[in-house]
Amino acid sequence: MSEVATSADGDTEILFDVAVIGAGVVGTAVARLLSHHRLRVALLDANGDVGAGTSKANTAILHTGFDAVPGSLESQLVRRGYELLREFAPRAGIAVETTGALLVAWDDEQAATLPSLAAKASANGCTETEILDTAGVRELEPHLGDAVQGGMRVPGEHIIDPWSTPLAFAREAIANGVTWLPNRHVTKLEADANSGTTVVVAADGRSIRARCVVNAAGLYSDAVNELLGRTGFSIRPRRGELIVFDKHARPLLQRTILPVPTATTKGVLVAPTVFGNVMLGPTADDIDDRTATGSTRDGIDALLAKGRRILPALMSHEVTAVYAGLRAATEHSDYQISHDVELRVVCLGGIRSTGLTASMAIAEHALGLIEACGIDLVPRDADELVDVTMTNLGEAFERPYQRGGAGPIVCHCELVTRAEIEAACTEAPIAVTLDGIRRRTRALAGRCQGFFCTAEVCSVAAAASGRPADSWYRPGAPS
Amino acid sequence: MTTHQVVIVGAGPAGLSAAIAFSRRGVRDIVVLDREAEAGGVPRHTDHLGFGMRDLHRLMRGPAYAKRLRELAERSGAQIRTETTALGWDGPTTLRIADANGISTIEAGAVVLATGVRERPRAARLVPGDRGTGILTTGALQQLTMRQIRPGTVAVVVGAEHVSFSAVMTLSHAGCRVAAMITPLQHHQTYTPLRLATSTRHRVPIITDADIASIEGRTQVSAVTLTNGRRIECDTVVFTGDWAANNELAHSGGLSMDPAHGGPIVDGALRTSRTGVFAAGNLTHPAETADVCALQGRHLATSTLDWLSTEHWPQDPVAVRTLGPIRWISPSVLHPQDPAPRDRFVLRVATFGDARSIAVSQGDRTLWHGNIVGSLVPNRSISIAADWVDAIDPEGGEIVVQLRE
Repeated sequence: MSEVATSADGDTEILFDVAVIGAGVVGTAVARLLSHHRLRVALLDANGDVGAGTSKANTAILHTGFDAVPGSLESQLVRRGYELLREFAPRAGIAVETTGALLVAWDDEQAATLPSLAAKASANGCTETEILDTAGVRELEPHLGDAVQGGMRVPGEHIIDPWSTPLAFAREAIANGVTWLPNRHVTKLEADANSGTTVVVAADGRSIRARCVVNAAGLYSDAVNELLGRTGFSIRPRRGELIVFDKHARPLLQRTILPVPTATTKGVLVAPTVFGNVMLGPTADDIDDRTATGSTRDGIDALLAKGRRILPALMSHEVTAVYAGLRAATEHSDYQISHDVELRVVCLGGIRSTGLTASMAIAEHALGLIEACGIDLVPRDADELVDVTMTNLGEAFERPYQRGGAGPIVCHCELVTRAEIEAACTEAPIAVTLDGIRRRTRALAGRCQGFFCTAEVCSVAAAASGRPADSWYRPGAPS
Repeated sequence: MTTHQVVIVGAGPAGLSAAIAFSRRGVRDIVVLDREAEAGGVPRHTDHLGFGMRDLHRLMRGPAYAKRLRELAERSGAQIRTETTALGWDGPTTLRIADANGISTIEAGAVVLATGVRERPRAARLVPGDRGTGILTTGALQQLTMRQIRPGTVAVVVGAEHVSFSAVMTLSHAGCRVAAMITPLQHHQTYTPLRLATSTRHRVPIITDADIASIEGRTQVSAVTLTNGRRIECDTVVFTGDWAANNELAHSGGLSMDPAHGGPIVDGALRTSRTGVFAAGNLTHPAETADVCALQGRHLATSTLDWLSTEHWPQDPVAVRTLGPIRWISPSVLHPQDPAPRDRFVLRVATFGDARSIAVSQGDRTLWHGNIVGSLVPNRSISIAADWVDAIDPEGGEIVVQLRE
């Protein structure tokens, strides 16, 4: 139904009302909200999959924002996003659990800051905190290390499935008509004031035209900004390494264990995950390379040293996974959200580690800016809209292997059925790599890391997708 | 819920051999559960010779051996339920299981855990670096090549124990060159003939005293850097050996575990600490060859039948403690009346050594001393005689096993 415009050199380009560049948790949230309006929307990503950049590696916390800078845009959007996602996640089949958090002071100096943290939490609208003495902390979490000097409960903190969140946003957006354009690494933006449109050109030459462009390019949001000659911030990635421990460690804690935050970082936390593991991390290293998502010896050793102090018994458990994510940090402390009516662009940059929590509020905020850029937001009728429910991947929820009728279990560590892997390869947005299957199903994410099921997952994916099994095992390998 | 005389979890060499042995002793109502589509366990994917020597007295390839055990078990009348996963416990000897119909329970007079082992993958070994494709274990490699899914073109094999050489063979047959084998120890840990037959034939250098420091390659593995500073270009890294027991069911059943190898503690009759629950195969000694697991599975028949007929479960066994470079021994708790499987104990050492003499003592009393079968080589199977078990004093306190200089 899209109109076709003719570009200067005679090529035809599809005309969209809005082009969202970047299909991470922010871009997909924006696309989802746009899909509720009478608009032609394109969602583009440099990757072949949604949520395959910085959104796939985070601490999986749905955060109250108790420690944000009061009055900042981040504080406001985290608070609002927390409410929105907390309400949306259960409806959409995204695993979320209200575990609460316990911020622990490890020395007297840290203990002395607790009252000010409680006051800050209050200023951020998080009023349910409670300061505890050492015995109170121990009663809640008896396995904590010896150095505990009191703490503060933050009952509203949640843990959430970080993979399903952008997938749910994207699936709903696509179901409601958004055009998903993977493998579009945008290298050129040509704004044409006369036609009031912008040509969005990918590295391979393919292009579309849109009346408004939303920059949700995460780690590359400054680069996309510069394509329109805009400046104001530059991304300085902050790498966070994380260690995921075996599910046998899960009984060691009931809630997220937070440190007293410093000026630069929230610090290393220990948290249960909705998949039933225990996570330790993240580190915080400012680096230059936006692709440096590898873990390091120093990072792993530093985390283990911290973990030994926080939860000594954790150290006797096997490690299931080690990974690193990059926060899209900038030289500024707040989100870099702006719009330009002349250029008809909305920039959602500098969305740091709180992006998962804030995503739905950022989208809400962005819609106002898109409207300011001249796009009419006419809501579609409710009966036109499709709701999407994901297969809940959380340990606290019923999973397909428990219901039966989903075929045999293929991934034995994470109890993933054949039907789930088939669905991952056939339901838009489809998985195109084993990593994509992993994020949609948990297959290959367990303690054996594919010892038992790599080949079978490749075979099932091959049969479901019509692509050879070789291409699933080694994408890009010569066939 | 269904009720049976014996439920065996795991249809590998130990589980199937146990089923066959039970049947020969007149047990008719045996169920073997396996989560895979086909019974046979790991040998199904190990497509080279070396199977069946001690139990079937013939030399077979892995898949043929698995098929033979499967046929024998089916012929014995045991009910083999594949694509059935034991999830946990619903009673002392009642399991909660999942199959294509969902969740149900299965009760038995005796439960045998024979859930096997796996290799520790890259993350469990805390190897830093990128996470590109091409990082796998021997188990995954063998299953890929069995399905004609090609691994990469140049591989580095991490480890130099038996299974590492098996990985070299699999890679070579799949047309993947092996650039090097890496071991942090000062020497490889297999038998010289096997090393000669594989690494020499395939011209694979073994780099000792080195480990993987980091893996490069963000979408596809491109190289590894070693702790000795050397960098090797490759598109595949195979992590071999470093066995971890598939102990999830044992763990959720609250069985006493041996922290040294991660499997449940068993006595000479392969009883675990949980009444009515036995364990066999590599779960109890990660990892021995398939035929050793099979013989150990057979060994279960006597004690399990005894339990089914008398409902007597001996309490308070004598613990065995290992000292010095001996990492673990199996069985590791004893009753004087229970002979060990194959009349042997298997053990592992942490370091190389020249000593061959071992002493077993209880208090001031030396129960046994003699030579080990094998050499003091880490990751290699070592065994000692078990003809001293009937001499232990049930009240005499722990038994100590140590090397004699």
